[in-house]
Parts: sequence; structure tokens; C-alpha cells
Amino acid sequence: MVTQGMKNVGLGLLLSLAAIHANADYSWNFPEPVTPMALDTLHVHNKFMIITGIIFFVVLAIMIYSIIAHRKDKGFQPVADKTPSTAVEIFWTLIPFAILLLIDFVIMGIPAYHSVVMMEDTRDKATMVVKITGSQWRWQYEYLDGDAQGIKFVSNLTTTDDEMHNKAEKKEHYLLDVDNHLVLPVGEKVRVLMTATDVLHNWWVPQFGSSRVAVPGFIRETWVQVEKPGTYRGQCKELCGKGHGYMPIVVDALPMDEYKVWVAAKKEELAKAAAGSDKEWTKDDLVANGKTVYEKNCAVCHQVTGAGLPPAFPALTGSKIATSPIFGADGKYLPDSHLDRVLNGKGVMPAWKTTLNDVEIASVITYERNALGNSVGDMVQPSQVKAARQ
Amino acid sequence: MSTTTVAHHEEHHDHPTGIMRWLTTTNHKDIGTMYLTFSLVMFLVGGSMILGIRAELFKPGLQLMNPEFFNQLIGVHALIMIFAALMPAATGFANWMIPLQIGAPDMALPRLNNWGFWLLPPSAILLTLPFTLALFGIGDGALATGWTFYPPLSVQGGIGVDFAIFAVHLLGISSVMGSINIIVTLFNMRAPGMTLMKMPMFAWGWLITAFLLVATIPVLAGAVTMLLTDRHFGTHFFDAAGGGDPIMFQHLFWFFGHPEVYILLLPVWGFIPQILETFSRKPMYGYKAQVYSLWAIGALSVVVWAHHFFTAGMPVPALLYFMYSTMAISLPLAVLFFCWIRTMWNGSMSFETPMLFAVGWIILFGIGGLTGLVLADVAADAQYHNSYFVVAHFHYTLFAGGIMGIMAGVYYWLPKMTGYMYNEKLGKLHFWLTAISFNLTFIPQFFLGLAGMPRRIPDYALQFAEFNMISSIAAFVLGFSQLLFVYNIVMCARGGKKATGQVWEGARGLEWTLPSPPPYHSFTEQPIIK
Repeated sequence: MVTQGMKNVGLGLLLSLAAIHANADYSWNFPEPVTPMALDTLHVHNKFMIITGIIFFVVLAIMIYSIIAHRKDKGFQPVADKTPSTAVEIFWTLIPFAILLLIDFVIMGIPAYHSVVMMEDTRDKATMVVKITGSQWRWQYEYLDGDAQGIKFVSNLTTTDDEMHNKAEKKEHYLLDVDNHLVLPVGEKVRVLMTATDVLHNWWVPQFGSSRVAVPGFIRETWVQVEKPGTYRGQCKELCGKGHGYMPIVVDALPMDEYKVWVAAKKEELAKAAAGSDKEWTKDDLVANGKTVYEKNCAVCHQVTGAGLPPAFPALTGSKIATSPIFGADGKYLPDSHLDRVLNGKGVMPAWKTTLNDVEIASVITYERNALGNSVGDMVQPSQVKAARQ
Repeated sequence: MSTTTVAHHEEHHDHPTGIMRWLTTTNHKDIGTMYLTFSLVMFLVGGSMILGIRAELFKPGLQLMNPEFFNQLIGVHALIMIFAALMPAATGFANWMIPLQIGAPDMALPRLNNWGFWLLPPSAILLTLPFTLALFGIGDGALATGWTFYPPLSVQGGIGVDFAIFAVHLLGISSVMGSINIIVTLFNMRAPGMTLMKMPMFAWGWLITAFLLVATIPVLAGAVTMLLTDRHFGTHFFDAAGGGDPIMFQHLFWFFGHPEVYILLLPVWGFIPQILETFSRKPMYGYKAQVYSLWAIGALSVVVWAHHFFTAGMPVPALLYFMYSTMAISLPLAVLFFCWIRTMWNGSMSFETPMLFAVGWIILFGIGGLTGLVLADVAADAQYHNSYFVVAHFHYTLFAGGIMGIMAGVYYWLPKMTGYMYNEKLGKLHFWLTAISFNLTFIPQFFLGLAGMPRRIPDYALQFAEFNMISSIAAFVLGFSQLLFVYNIVMCARGGKKATGQVWEGARGLEWTLPSPPPYHSFTEQPIIK
């Protein structure tokens, strides 16, 4: 009976060991590595799994032999160990000690040392820098140097509420799709700076083998060098509140020439958006645009209807902040006004000034004041948001 | 002189009965029973929480609960299982068995003992009350940060965090008092002739655990108090805007949190060799080597904490130090594994339920240990960290290594405690159901982690669906199998085949020299150890 159960346990592990060798099929192991770091990690992992697998099965075999042979119901008489001779005892117990010493600090320890040094070398040969900012519950990407300098955008989950609540068919990349992908050139070492605006987040793309916590108020570094063009997906892996499962990462790795085309197009798009903040908008346009912004960014807490989830997330419908005046007599925005709260946040409410542009902030405020059951009738112009930032 | 002793003796027999017996008791066996019962109840509470989680994760999409409630369940499940199920079970055994094993009449500090236990129910209430309050519209539910309380999320959280902080304070005070009691008992009340190096292994395991608790619980208490003042009194210990650092909390938390793992396991490493020698019918191998290994593990456990957050960012020398020191823990553990198996070797083994659990425990805890060795590698840890691989790993150490170890102890000592034999067939059935469904629950989670599924997410991408479904089904089998355990214990307490004092043919140690159940005052005359 005993041996049978052990076979069950053993079989499970044997399967896992077999899977490690079947590198072509990555569903039983790490996904296909596309960076030097992920490749290194996979090698380290495979090596360790084989070593620990061998230790496990050798020890298990010895145990199983003993369980079969040294049984009372087979009439086996206990062979008492001779009166404890300390020297013999020390000799025998030092054998497993020595084996592990060799495995830990030589067979596993030396490659592990090189991996750590490689993983932490974020600057040598890095050709560009990308800053990644985690917020509840979206990632923001900013290109800090080179051609792409100044490109900055927010990346939001595109999976719909209906998909999550089983009211619509789940798409192929359920929970792993975003509106704006991070785009990186293939073959270039990219230094990644990581920070957060509210709580801890962790940017993790399994195929890159790198993961680093984004700490609010600090900059952490890592690097990626994608060797193969393609689209890679990952998720936040530090519990960051109710939207933790809903802030995926999507990275497009493009060959250099395509990357350059993307950079040019993205710059043009951002320039157009910036121009929007100087133009005078009509209320209807702001409300229409605001609906999109609201549903993408705000509805997760305040709900699509504006009813909120009290007490943690207050309702916007009829709320004091969303219905009281924004600007004082001097034309400046009032403290604790609608604009102040959206720009600067308070408590659980994030500060949106770093993640949304002027048009988006103006639109979403105008939308909240003239929809969701509110009808204040006033509006905020993007130019006023721009002024308020100064 | 002799008359006063007799009078004293009589007075103690005059203890209250009924409910007052349990409320006012200072008897080590009564308190031990209460600890063990409390632990069993909380094991079921924590277990039903996780069945809720596994039901939600049965398939992609949100079925049963919203993400906020999901986050509350995972954190409270962990706190309950660690602080209210595993730790009280070990303390329950300590209360019951340490005086019996060292030939003492009772624990050294009986009133402290009573107080230590009665702090537990209030803290269990504090942990679970926010769920109930939320139903009445007060607050927004329990702690939703996971059991690790990481700021800034925990600073942002609702009153559930405050409740959990106070619960941890009470549990910590209770543990420290229990530990002081055990240290004092072991140093002062051993039978004449029982030197430290003749103490039963269980006593050794607990002695080291007690020292670790006294050393590390105050650090946890300090860390959560700093969190409390950050939340309510405007301090900035963990807020960069005021010069603090969120990662400092992780250092403080895991300075407690890593030794905590050994706090949970050392008592088990104590009594498993005793079970092995009993059912192998020969003395345990390498007593001295085991004692020194326990000490080495205890000492190493307080210097390896940062391996829990390699990805938080650390200088290279720190990464290397924490990696190599963590790997070093495998050296004394290898010695322990060798001694356990060497104890079985050449024995005359029989496989009653405690032995089944003990042998299964060696194998499954071995998987937990070996995956832990792999996790120590900084580069590979970047992948494993906070993925389901880690979830599977620590359930191999804490469910298999902790709870299944405790179950071995329960079956081993239950006849001694109740005076009746439990149902052997049901016990064996419980073992096989537990061992098989446990593996089917957690082996798929290793693969989920490797494939890239992060832990603590309420919903997952479609490629993770099959493994999650297997894991959920097995988790329900695992959960419901535990009802057999409860039934077996209850039936055993109510009656059955009478147990002898010796109970097991090969049992060694002072506790087996007393009748089953032992008299109210264990050893009124101290036995002499040669």
C-alpha cells in the first residue's frame, strides 16, 4: 500500500522531469525564452530540476527498498545500531552534508553567481532607456532618450466587463490584452527604470525572465534585450489591490526599421493630442470623449453608472465634489474641487496628472458633471487643465 | 512536611467541573486539549475559506465573488492557517507532551499558560469579525493585502488592516508567553538525570522554536505597530514622501517571517523521529547530529530573510549573500533527512496511521525542501517569485511539512490522550485521501507557476484553465477528506477500544510509562533517568 502511494507521488515528479527535457513544448516549463536573461534562467532552472530530481529519486528509492525489506510483517528483526560511536556517527552524517556542500556552492553556486552578475548589469551596452511606472491598475511607459525621447503613454486592459462576468465570449487574449503596447526594438539592450505612483507593483513578462518591483518614491532598474520579433505578454505580480489581476503587460518587439516607423507615427499621434489642449472644445465633444476616458480609467472603482462601491469607492452621482464649483473668483481651481481631486488624488483616489493628458482630464471631468445622473451644466476646457498644472 | 504535601495534593484534585473546568484550568493537559481543539476548529475555518477561493478559480471569469472579497479571503486564510491552526497545534502538543516526556508534574508557569490560551479566541474573532461587520455596512471587510501586510497597500486599506494588526499583536503575545513557559519548563523541571542531551527530540525542537519566537515576534509586533502609526498618526516609516521606505517593512516582516517557517516546522522535526523510532522498533539514528542540525537551522533561519523579496531590488553583494546563506540551510536539513531514513533502515517497520503520515511526510516535505533550494537562486527566483510555483512550494512545506506532520502527531498521541484507540481503517483512508488529493492539488500549481500565472489573482488567462480545474477538484477532495479526520478524533474521544499505557509496541520515552489517559497530575513523583 505504501509503495503504491509513493509511486503516485513519484509518477508526478517523473512527469515533471520528463517535461523538462521536452523543451520544444514549453507548456510544462517556462515559456520560450526570448532574452539572454530568460535563456539563462531556463538553463539554471532545468539544471537545478535535474539535480534535485536525482537527489529526490535516489533517496526515494532507498526509502522504498527499506519499506519493502525491513517490515515487521515479513518477520524482519530490527538490527540495532551498535552502541553509539560518535566517530562513526559523525562520519556518516557528514556524507550527506558534503554532498550538499558540493551541490550548493559548486555545481549550483557558481552558475548562480554569474547569473546574478548578469541580471544586475543594467548599464553596460544599453542603447536606450525606458521608464515604466505602475499605478492602480495600469502601466505607463515613457521613452527617455534617443529618437523616441518624449513618447509617453498609458496602457490599459481591453478585456470587457462582460467577458469577465461570463456574459460575452472570452477573446483569445482574455485578461492579457491592452490598448497601447510597449514597443521595443529587437536586439537592443534596453535599460528599464521602474517606479510606481501608489503601491507596489511588479512588471513581469515571463518570456523576458526579468521581474522587478516598482516601488513608489524609488527608482529600481532592470534590463531586457529581446532577441526575437513578436508580441509578448505578462502581468503584474505584486498584489496591488482589487485590480491586481487586471493590469497586464503587452510588449511588441519589432525589427529596428519597423520600430523607427512606429516611433515616428507615435510622435505624430502625441503631437496631435497635445495640440488638442490649446483648442477650444464644445461641451458635447468633451462629454463624448469623456465617456471613453471614464470607462477606461474610472469605472473600475466608481462603476460605469457612477454608483461607486461605497464605502471604499464613493458614488459620483450627486457627489458633492462632482457638483460643486471648480474655479474660484480668481479663475484658479479651488482646493478639494473636482479638478483638484482628479489632478492630485487623495487617499485611495490616485493622482491622474501624470497618467492622463489635458484633453482627457478636461473630458472626464466634464463627462462626470454632465452625465452619470449629474447635470451641473458647466465644463472644463483642456487649456484650463494645462494652466492648472503650472 | 509530609502532611502538608498531602493536603496540597488533595486540594488540587478539587478542581471545578463542567464549563468552569475549562475556563479556569491551569492544568497542562486541559490547556493542551483546548489548544488542539481551537487549532482543529480554525483549520476548518481557514480551509473553508480556501475552498471558496478554489471554487472561484475553478474556471476563468468571475463566478462567485468580486476581487475585493477574493483578496480578503487569501490573506485571512493564510493568517488563520499559520497563527491560529499550525502554531496552536504545536503549542497544544507542547503542553500535553513536554511535561510527560521530561517527567514533570505540569508546566512551570500554569497561570501564564491559561492566559496564553485565552488570548487566542479573541484574536480569531478580530481576524474574522470584519467580514461580519461588512455585512452590516461597517467598514469594507477584512485585510485585503495578503497575510504579508505590505505597505503602501496596507496603509491604503480599510479597518480590516487595523483588526488584523491587533489580532497579530494578541497572537504574538500569546506565542511569546507560551514560549517563555516552555523554556522555563525545559530548563527547570526535567527529571533527575535527564541532561539536556538526553531530552526527547520533541523537547529539543520546541526549545529552539521557543527561542526563535522570543527573538522574532517582537520584530513583527514592532513592524505592524509602525504600520498602525503610519495609517493613523501621520508617521512615514514606510512612505517615501516622508523619507521612509516601503521595502523596509519587508525586511522587518521577513526577519520574523522566515524564522516563522522553522517555528512551524521545528516541533514537527522533533516528534517525527520519535514516531519513526516507535514504528521501526529501534532507537533513532544520530540523536546528537539531529540536535546540532536543529540548532544550526535555528541559527541560519534568522540570517536569510531577504530571499523572500529578491525582486524588490538589492545590491549584488546582498543578493549573493542571501542566496548562499539560504542554500546553506540545506546542509543541516540533509543531515536530518539522512538520520530519519537511517532510523527506518534495518528496522522492523509496521505502518499504522502515524507511521504512514510520517513516511509520507518525509517524501512530501522533501519536495518542499528541494524546491526551496531552487528558489534560493536569485536569477531563477525572478521567474518563480510570486508565481504559483511559490504557492505550490510553500504548501509542500507548510501543508505537507506542517499540517500532515501535525496529523502524524495527532494519531500517534491520541490514544495516550484519550485512553482509547482511534479507528485504524478510517485513519489510513484519511491518509491516502489526503496524500493523493494534496499532490493533485499542488503539482498542477508548480506547472501553473512555470507557465507564468501570478499568485493572488482572482481571474486568469485562458491558457491556465486546465491545471486550475484539476487543482480545484483535488482541493475539494482534500478539504472534505479532513471531515474523516474530525470524525475519527471525535469518536476516539468518546470511547472505543481501550488503549494500554504503552499503546505502541515500539514506543520509547517517559510518556508511555504512564497509563492512558495519564493521571490529572502527570508525574507526582519524578522518575529517575539513568
